[in-house]
Amino acid sequence: MNVVLELDPLILARWQFGLTTLYHFLFVPLTLGMALLVAILQTAWVRTGKIKYLQLTKLFGKIFLINFAMGVVTGIVQEFQFGMNWSDYSRFVGDIFGAPLAIEGLLAFFLEATFIGLWIFGWDKLPKKVHLLTIWLTSIASIMSAYFILAANAFMQNPVGYKLNPERGRAELTDIGAVLTNPVALAQFPHTIFASVMFAACVVVAVAAWHLSRKQHVDTMRTALRFGLWTNIIGFVGTFFSGDSLGLVMTQTQPMKMAAAEGLYQTATGADASFSLFSIGTPDGAHEIFSVRIPYLLSFLSTHTFNGTVEGINDLQAEYTARYCGEDSLLTCPSDGSFTPIIWVTYWAFRWMIGLGVLAALVSVVGLWLTRKNRSVPQWAWKVAVWSAPIPLVASLVGWIFTEMGRQPWIVFGLMTTESGVSPGVTGLAVLISLVVFTLVYGALAVVEFKLITAAAKAGPPAIEEPEDGSDVDHAALTTVY
Amino acid sequence: MELQYIWFFIVGFLLIGYFVLDGFDFGVGMSIPFLSKDDTDRRQIINTIGPVWDLNETWLIVAGACLFAAFPEWYATMFSGFYLALLLILVALILRGVSFEYRHQGKGEKWTKWFDWFIVIGSFLPPLLWGTAFANLIQGVPMETMDNGGWLYTGTLFTLLNPYGLLGGLTVLLLCFTHGVVFVALKTDGDVRVRARALAVKSGLITILAAAAFLIWTIIQHLQSDTILLIVVFSALAAVVLIGAWLANFKGREGVAFTLHVFTFIFALGAIFLALFPNVMISSTDPAFSMSISGASSSAMTLEFMTWVAVCTLPLVLAYQAWTYWIFRKRVKRTDIVAAPVH
Repeated sequence: MNVVLELDPLILARWQFGLTTLYHFLFVPLTLGMALLVAILQTAWVRTGKIKYLQLTKLFGKIFLINFAMGVVTGIVQEFQFGMNWSDYSRFVGDIFGAPLAIEGLLAFFLEATFIGLWIFGWDKLPKKVHLLTIWLTSIASIMSAYFILAANAFMQNPVGYKLNPERGRAELTDIGAVLTNPVALAQFPHTIFASVMFAACVVVAVAAWHLSRKQHVDTMRTALRFGLWTNIIGFVGTFFSGDSLGLVMTQTQPMKMAAAEGLYQTATGADASFSLFSIGTPDGAHEIFSVRIPYLLSFLSTHTFNGTVEGINDLQAEYTARYCGEDSLLTCPSDGSFTPIIWVTYWAFRWMIGLGVLAALVSVVGLWLTRKNRSVPQWAWKVAVWSAPIPLVASLVGWIFTEMGRQPWIVFGLMTTESGVSPGVTGLAVLISLVVFTLVYGALAVVEFKLITAAAKAGPPAIEEPEDGSDVDHAALTTVY
Repeated sequence: MELQYIWFFIVGFLLIGYFVLDGFDFGVGMSIPFLSKDDTDRRQIINTIGPVWDLNETWLIVAGACLFAAFPEWYATMFSGFYLALLLILVALILRGVSFEYRHQGKGEKWTKWFDWFIVIGSFLPPLLWGTAFANLIQGVPMETMDNGGWLYTGTLFTLLNPYGLLGGLTVLLLCFTHGVVFVALKTDGDVRVRARALAVKSGLITILAAAAFLIWTIIQHLQSDTILLIVVFSALAAVVLIGAWLANFKGREGVAFTLHVFTFIFALGAIFLALFPNVMISSTDPAFSMSISGASSSAMTLEFMTWVAVCTLPLVLAYQAWTYWIFRKRVKRTDIVAAPVH
């Protein structure tokens, strides 16, 4: 019984948030990216009338929908969780943080949920172009929702547009424009969207490669393959440049996160501000045994100059202790006095994010080269294409681990520590119960979801009869029911 | 008129919208075992809400987000306080949501059966628990104020399971059930429609009894309230339209019955919000610990901005959602189901 009583609600609530948020983000990139790709494919069909585009719309539309359902239901948990597990956080920042969430709902979620229904069930009920508009509105709505949730997240990384109200014991909004144009959000938004496009593109490539390696649906799938490969490369270019500007913003707003990304303990300038490709150190990360380093690169990533200075963890720790652990700093001083994130997590997450992103792009470059001018492609290449589908997804997930673990010990940088945000009245047992329930339900659904998506992918594009007289396809045959 | 009160109204509007819309989804889900004889029946019933259940559920998400933005104290205290009840609601909503999509994707009958049960359970738990939670809100829950100016719910899940709370849960459950059955009658034809109409006659009677008991109990609890006159008027109107809905269904006027059901939700939930006013959570520990609308609300600047957003978006939202219902206005027939491919 003692064990139960000693359960720490803070640790459990953090694990639950990490677990449910990462799990939710398994589905978000495919929703964001695939809605856009399906909209493009359907546009291609409406404009050219070629059946292969319609087949691809239906095939990837189905994969999109299986995934969409999970994104929706796991998203509700996210919204409720702030109040359930982080009620002191919610009352402290709700005045500011709630607004983007509410706009997200009113402006984006309603639009998305309404028009996705029209798209699924409206093939034979809407004129062709109106039906096309419904998938575009779904895509636009999902992209808008990403913006508002990232604006909310950006407030946690870099609070702007607020003032403290000591009487009410909370932060209050002073400038909604500043909140919605937070530089962190402006950089993180394109980074998230382009990374999501990469994942959707890699899924398209994988499905196409699987069929092409079996010489099925060759004409249709070749189109899908080239479309996916090019889209992935475009996605990578966007992810690369937005990631670069995010690095700059991060150094300015959360220098500790950049220091933690490199495990940089001593402030360094110029050539000394080097970036290690990998390193082996003592388990706590404080001492390095061996590393491969590129001089100047950390300086360049952080400041876009070669002789810039990057603040180290030790200096920042001293600076933050002085600033945030004085009198009256109940909410800002961590109980263990440490302002340093867990270094091995941030160090490796940062490298895996970048490394996997680059790897995914390389696969596509090689893929474009191998499939140029209808050459025959070796079987191993098809296998690589199929198995590389999850690479951008994993990169996105470790990117989020980096972003959120690198924010620690803060729940809102400089305003409130994570430990002071947790719900005061919720017992460890209650959080444990919900953590176990979510883990079990989510685990089971992940298996189901994966099976259904692969089954839909393997089933391939639906057979659609093309009328010989050149008239339009039978739209009544396109519509579906549950 | 202060903006806090406008937001109390907007949040109330969104919640009523949620219960009116997702309410019939719940009823449709719950009634499947009662109304179906084979899988085509089940699919016919599920497809009445196929295109719209997701947008209906979104009303909850939007109401939750608006609660967070406009009344952070209310959101924080209620959501952390009603922890396990909300956990159950979340799991139910997850199971229901994926089941619509997944039930027909498998190969075997067993697979489909599993997800059909998830739909039933996922449709049964949320109205029961929401009803219980709301009844407790107006009855009062053990609650104190904290040093940081916030409120703290000091009860447990079992505190909520008192007779009045459970009657509230049962009432909302039955209202949603009959609401959904009437919706099935309105949106199908053939055997399912006939069965639905007959079932709504029976379940409607039980619903009327439960609702009457709950509303009378509510009135008795709030005799001292400033808003008692309005509570009585709204309760009476709810009772009248609910009985009217039953009569309309009895006479085969499904559209009228459904419309009157919508008004039942509006009046009954309106009475609940009036019983809450001018508080958002009532403390049974000490009335001094009750959370008032102004004590729970965001700053004037946030509310002003949010008012602009709501005023600009809500009319548009209502318009395109109404249009969606218009597009899918036709009854779902067995032949539609047999002919069309599953997606």
